[in-house]
Amino acid sequence: METILGLDLPTWWFLLLGALITGYGILDGFDLGAGALHLFFRKEESRRIVLNAIGPVWDGNVVWLVISAGVLFSAFPMVYGTLLSAFYLPFMLLLFGIIFRAISIEFRSKEPMRWWRRLWDFNYFASSTSIALILGLILGNMVQGIPLDSNHRFIGTLRGFLNPYAILIAITTLSLFMLHGAMYLAMKTENRLYAKLTILINWTSKLFILCFIASAVATLIYVPHMAAIFRDRPYWFVVPMAALLIVLNIRYSIEKRRYLLGFISSAVTTSLMLVLVALGLYPNLVFSNIDPNNHISIYDAASTTKSLSIMLGFAFVGVPLAAAYTIFSFYTFRGKVKLDDGSSYL
Amino acid sequence: MDDVTLLSRLQFAFTIAFHYIYPPLTIGLGVCLVFMEGMYLRTKNKVYEDLTRFWIKIFALIFGIGVATGIVMEFEFGTNWATYSRYVGDVFGSALAAEGIFAFALESGFLGILLFGWNRVSPRVHFMATVLVALGSIFSAIWIVVANSWMQTPAGFRIEGHEMQARAVITDFWAMIFNPSSVERLSHVLVGAFSSGAFLVLSVSALYILRGQHIDHARKGFKIGLWVATFAALLSLFTGHSAANVVGKYQPIKMAAMEGHWDSLAPADAYVFGWVDKQNEVTHGLKVPGGLSFLLHFDPRANVPGLKQYPVNDRPGAVNFVFQSYHIMVTLGFAMIGLTLLALWLLYRGRLYEQRWLMWIFVFSVLMPQVANQVGWYSAEVGRQPWVVYGLLRTSDALSEAVRADQVLTSLILFTLVYFVLFLLFIYLLNKKIQHGIDVGDVTDHSGPLSTKNPDVFSTAR
Repeated sequence: METILGLDLPTWWFLLLGALITGYGILDGFDLGAGALHLFFRKEESRRIVLNAIGPVWDGNVVWLVISAGVLFSAFPMVYGTLLSAFYLPFMLLLFGIIFRAISIEFRSKEPMRWWRRLWDFNYFASSTSIALILGLILGNMVQGIPLDSNHRFIGTLRGFLNPYAILIAITTLSLFMLHGAMYLAMKTENRLYAKLTILINWTSKLFILCFIASAVATLIYVPHMAAIFRDRPYWFVVPMAALLIVLNIRYSIEKRRYLLGFISSAVTTSLMLVLVALGLYPNLVFSNIDPNNHISIYDAASTTKSLSIMLGFAFVGVPLAAAYTIFSFYTFRGKVKLDDGSSYL
Repeated sequence: MDDVTLLSRLQFAFTIAFHYIYPPLTIGLGVCLVFMEGMYLRTKNKVYEDLTRFWIKIFALIFGIGVATGIVMEFEFGTNWATYSRYVGDVFGSALAAEGIFAFALESGFLGILLFGWNRVSPRVHFMATVLVALGSIFSAIWIVVANSWMQTPAGFRIEGHEMQARAVITDFWAMIFNPSSVERLSHVLVGAFSSGAFLVLSVSALYILRGQHIDHARKGFKIGLWVATFAALLSLFTGHSAANVVGKYQPIKMAAMEGHWDSLAPADAYVFGWVDKQNEVTHGLKVPGGLSFLLHFDPRANVPGLKQYPVNDRPGAVNFVFQSYHIMVTLGFAMIGLTLLALWLLYRGRLYEQRWLMWIFVFSVLMPQVANQVGWYSAEVGRQPWVVYGLLRTSDALSEAVRADQVLTSLILFTLVYFVLFLLFIYLLNKKIQHGIDVGDVTDHSGPLSTKNPDVFSTAR
C-alpha cells in the first residue's frame, strides 16, 4: 500500500479525521458549553452579552462537524453507514438539538416579550446540553465498543446505548464543555458578569476534575482494550499524565485569573482525551464487543487509494483555508463584547 | 414497497423539500446583496447601505434555517441509507466532503462578519465578506448538484465486489465531476436559485411601493431584483432546454415519464398540459404535434422511445406526478419570463411603478420560483425512481439494515411537527421584518464607541 512519510493512507485519514473531530470539539465545545450555562445568567442584559459573545462564531464552529461527517462519509463509508444507522435515534435527537439550537439563537432577539425570550433561553440551554450529552454518549459507546456481528452489522439496542459507562463519559463531556465555555465567556465579558463567570469557572472546573478522575478509573477497569495500550506500550502513559498536568494547570490559571491560558488548557485537554480514544481504537474504527474478529478496522472501511489521495489533496488545500476563515473571524471579533448596534442579538 | 422503504423515502423527500425552500433563497439573495452593497460602495448613497443592512437581516434568518435543515440531509445518508452510503461513499462522499470544506466553511466563516461586522471592519472588507458568502453559497450548490448529477448520470467509476460487498469506486475524478448531466443541471439549478432570491426582493419592494413606504429604497431594490430576475428567467429557458436534452439522451425513461410518452413514436408529441392515465397507459391533454421530437432533436420527425419500451420495474411508479410537476415547472418558467420582460419594458417607458395591478402580481410572484424550484426537483428525483443511483442501485436496496420501521416513523413524525412549527415561526418572523420596514439611516457614525441608537431595536422608529 502507498505510504506517505511512512504512514499508509488509511492511517493518514484516521489522523486527519481525529484532528477534525478534535477541532470541532474545541470550537463548538465552548459555544455548546456557553449554552449549557445560559440559564445561570439571570439578567436580560447578561444573556444578550453571552449570546453576542458566541454570535459571530458559532455558525463557523458547526462547520467542523459538517466537515468531520463529510470526511467520515468519504474516507470510511462503511463506518459512516454502520455507525449512523446503529445509533439512529440518538443521531436524530442530535439533529433536532442542532435545529433547535440554531433557531433559538436566531429567534430569541426577534421579539421583546418576556415569555418569548424565556422560551428560547430555555430551548437554547436544553438543546446545547443535549447535544453535548449525545456527543458524549456516542463517544462513550465508541470507546467501549458496540455489538457488531460477523458481517459488521449492528445488532444492539437503544438500552445498550444508554449504559452507565457511556453516561459517565457524557457527563464528563458536558462538564468539560461547560468549563471550556465559561473560560471563553470570561475572556469576552467585564464587570459583574465577569465576576459571576469566575464563580462558574471555579465550580465547573471542580466538577470536570471529578468527572475526569471517575472516567479515567472507569475506563481502566471496564474497558480492557484501553487499559491494554498502556500495558503493551507503557510510554503512552505520557498522554494521560500530560492530561492530568494540564487539568491541574486549569486550576492554576483560574487562580491566576489567566483565562486565555485556561481556555487553551481546556482545549488541549479535549485534544488529549481524544488522542487517548484514538490510541485505544487504532487500527480499528469501531470495536465489536462481541468478537474481536468483528471490529471494523480502518482498512476494512477505507475508500480506495485513489479516492483517499484525491481527498488528501482537498484537505491539503481546503482545511488550511477553512482554518484561515475561522482565525480571521476570531481575530475580527477579538476583545470584550459590547452591546451596540454592531451586535445582532439585542 | 415495504414500510421501511416507504417511510425512509417519505422522510428524505419531506426533509429535502423543506430544506430546499431556503438555500435557493440565500443563493439568490446573495447575488442581490452583492449588487446592493456594490452600488453602495460605488455611489456612497446611504439608500443602498440601508437596503443592504435590511436584506442582510433577512438573509441571516433564511441562512440559519437552511444550515440547520441542511445538516439533517448530510446525516440522513448515514442514518437511513447506510447501504447507499457504503455503495457510493468512495465517489459521492468526496463531493459531499468537498462541499463542507470549500463551500460551507466559506459561507459560515464570513456570515458573522456580514451580521456583526459593520463596526468592526471597513466597508470594503465588509463588501468582500458579502461577496465571499454569496460565492460560498454558489460553491455549495456546485458540489451538491454535482453529487446529485452523479446519481442521475454516473460516470468516472467502476463497480468492485459483488452482492452486499459491491461498491462504486472512483476511476476518474474529473469524469465524475463533469458527468454527462453536471453542467446542464447545475446551471439550471443556479438560475432557478437566482430567481428565488430576486423574486423575494421584488415582492417586498413591490409591497413597499404599493404602500408608499420607503419609496426610494423600494424602487432601487426593485430595479436590482428585476435585473437579476429577468436575467435568471431568460437563462432558465436555455439551461432548462439543455437539461431536458441531457435527460432525453441519458435518462430516456425519465424523459418519457415527464412527457407522459408511452409508445415509441416518430414524431413524438409534447403536451402543454394533460393527465396521465397509468392504468391504460395513455395520456390525455393538449399537445403540440412533434413537439417532443423537435425539442430533443430539433427534428419534428425524430423517434423518441416511450415508456412501454422499458420493463415496468424500471419505470418510475408515479408517472402522472412526474408529468405534472415537470409541466408546472415549465409553465411557471414561461410565466416568469413574461412577467419580468413586461416589467422591464414598463420600466424603460418610465411607467412601471404606477401599475398597481402589476405591483400586486409581484407581491405574490415570490411563490412562482419557489414552486418551480420545488416541482422541478420532484420531477428530477421521482423521475429517477426506481433507482437511487440511475441504473446501478435501486432505492429499495439502499436502506439501512439496522433501522426498523417504527424508528423511522418516530423520526418522521418528529420532523413533521418540528418543521411545521419552524415554518410558521419563519413566516411570522419574516413578515414581522417586512412589516417593520427598512431602518433608514440606520447608523451614521462608524467610528464612535457606542452609537446613540437605542440598544433595543424594537423601539426604534422606522
